[in-house]
Amino acid sequence: MTVTTHGPLPSASYDVIVIGAGVVGSAIARQLARHPGLRTAVVEAQDDVGQGSSKANTAILHTGFDAVPGSLEARLVREGAGRLAAYAAESGIPVEPVGALLVAWDEEQLAALPRLAEKAERNDYKEARLLGRADLYAREPHLGPGALGALHVPGESIICPWTTTLAYATQAVRHGVDLHLNCRVRKVSQGLLSTDRGPLRTRWVINAAGLHADTLDRDLGHHDFTVTPRRGQLIVFDKFARALVRHILLPVPTALGKGVLVAPTVYGNVLLGPTAEDLDDKRATQSTADGLTRLRELGRRILPGLLDEEATAVYAGLRAATEYDDYRITAHPEQAYLAVGGIRSTGLTASLAIAEYVVGQLRANGLESGPSRELEPVRMPNLGEAFPRPYQRPDLIAADPEYGTLVCHCERVSRGEIRDALASTVPPGSLDGLRRRTRARGGRCQGFYCGAAVRQLFEEARG
Amino acid sequence: MTRQVDVLVVGAGPAGLTAAARLAASGAGRVEVLDREQRAGGVPRHCAHGGFGSWRDPLTGPAYARRLVETALSAGAVVRTGVTALDWAGPLALNTVGPAGPETVEARAIILATGARERPRAARLVPGTRPAGVYTTGELQQAVHLFGQRIGTRAVIVGAEPVSYRAADTVRASGAEVVALVTEAERAQVSLVRAQDARLRRRVPLLTGTAVAELLGHGRLSGVRVRRRDGRTAELACDTVVFTGDFVPENELARRGGLSVDAGTTSRPGVFAAGGLTHPGESAATAARSGARAAAAVMRPSGAARDAAAVRRP
Repeated sequence: MTVTTHGPLPSASYDVIVIGAGVVGSAIARQLARHPGLRTAVVEAQDDVGQGSSKANTAILHTGFDAVPGSLEARLVREGAGRLAAYAAESGIPVEPVGALLVAWDEEQLAALPRLAEKAERNDYKEARLLGRADLYAREPHLGPGALGALHVPGESIICPWTTTLAYATQAVRHGVDLHLNCRVRKVSQGLLSTDRGPLRTRWVINAAGLHADTLDRDLGHHDFTVTPRRGQLIVFDKFARALVRHILLPVPTALGKGVLVAPTVYGNVLLGPTAEDLDDKRATQSTADGLTRLRELGRRILPGLLDEEATAVYAGLRAATEYDDYRITAHPEQAYLAVGGIRSTGLTASLAIAEYVVGQLRANGLESGPSRELEPVRMPNLGEAFPRPYQRPDLIAADPEYGTLVCHCERVSRGEIRDALASTVPPGSLDGLRRRTRARGGRCQGFYCGAAVRQLFEEARG
Repeated sequence: MTRQVDVLVVGAGPAGLTAAARLAASGAGRVEVLDREQRAGGVPRHCAHGGFGSWRDPLTGPAYARRLVETALSAGAVVRTGVTALDWAGPLALNTVGPAGPETVEARAIILATGARERPRAARLVPGTRPAGVYTTGELQQAVHLFGQRIGTRAVIVGAEPVSYRAADTVRASGAEVVALVTEAERAQVSLVRAQDARLRRRVPLLTGTAVAELLGHGRLSGVRVRRRDGRTAELACDTVVFTGDFVPENELARRGGLSVDAGTTSRPGVFAAGGLTHPGESAATAARSGARAAAAVMRPSGAARDAAAVRRP
């Protein structure tokens, strides 16, 4: 098991290097780990897996009901959704099948619902149903006044995006994949990566660099797509708001985009967002006063009670949007190179199907992957409220009292969980990484009570 | 497993410990204080400065916290730390968890003394990136005084209340420099002496009528953008920012029970409230006095009458 964060890189050549340890890159690495004959590595610019768009999204496991019928995205989202749901159950990734309601607020939106239901059918999703006004308010009594009806999509779920990426990476590393963190790729040419930590040799290069995928693609002489970061700002509301909403409340999509949603999270909060702002700066992950004001105005209409509660967190993510309305997955066998571009907000849902598709493409284009094996399952620590947390498990506390010793009170995180995360296969590189593994410091007090104590545990473990 | 006590106090800060000491000394029976932290004493534990105790017997925060614990213990109260009251198991019963596992504690009266906390950056909806180096006073004081952690080198303090000046003291005690105090108010909310001392002797600028408009920096804070009332903005280079004051009650338990909290009492007979929960941001002495009042309310025949002699009289 090899995870490196600094120092020299191996000089021997890899068979495949995946650039980018987001949810897509990690899923591809996990898929490659099925082939013990392959020497595989993942290189990541940041100090942790899932540090880019993968950590800052709406955390929804989609059905793909509204994808462009016939597109690669539609197919991989459909396949990936079922696969990820099964994988989540096996691996302890929290998922709650709360269902979604596309709420129509005017006649035009109401008229669009039957078309969306037909589109869902064309995407092979048969469970969507139209709801009248009374049924809608019976399902969502706290919804703001003025809604006319809805399309109910019962298959839409909420999921923990952090645990998903981490589970893929953990499983890949345990099956022999090398993970090199803090290893930004400066330049890529056929079979050779120049990184911050020195050169790396490989036969195949897979570009899963998300926001930066177009830059690497150009290094290899291609101009297949341009990534325009689309910022999504989101507000996470206090757990006291959780009782206000039962479903993912989606707006009816318009020409201007998918719009702003209200959704519960698996951690027991309520999410409001995202904005959709096309930008040039791939580091512009800041929230803005205008963005937050606009979100609150929209949120007040959808769920008025929401605004009575405090914001627990505010974040912004950048979607790797391109000029195309579909994924751009292209193999260039002459360069032993494969680009995975344009993976938008559906990437989390589709990740396992993307990985299988990518490895299939590699094999079709000459990668000799050798025999394959089943992977040993992983079991991730549960971060979800719908499943027993360690502090709720007398058996666990009796066996190890550290699980009954709470450090982070708002999120009820025990010292045992923090200890486990710090000693895990892919340990956190920062307090934020520890938060994504445990929820510690992620609650309403944002560290007022536990911040220093959690930092102490983190620094002790790092020596 | 369910256990019975006479009075259960949630929170071992100045209010809870004072209430417990009074009740135990007046023969209220078994009085038990729970605190989810590893050590009792509440906020004064990490207030390294003086100003606690009485003018005849001045104490630092930590000494005051120890005194409160000793007084409660010697009066006969039981103080259990590292135990969290999770939720209500009945009108006068709480589910708890600690290293010994789960337990339900039932009482004749319950005092909620769960304290208050400062609103952090996110709740204040301050835009910007999410870098390291963003504190509340509570976290800052624990980091510096309880754990001896390094903070940054240049800190901006948001607020100009007494707690803000305490935060500035803590920043300096850690070896870092205070860049400025920033407040939207027109003047500092402290005594003239205190404000002049900071401004003239410590040379800490006070920016009034000024709001923190944005946090800057990736990974580590690199500065804050401030905005004056007239719309002018400026960037203050710093690697640490401390959001001070703006106290809100730590009322999760009260809200989970659907209780509305009034000064000293709640909407549920037999459940009382004291300290920061009822008056967020008040001093330790004020919290202690409200703890004493809550103890008296528990003991009062009128209070007890609502709940059929809730507590044994001495």
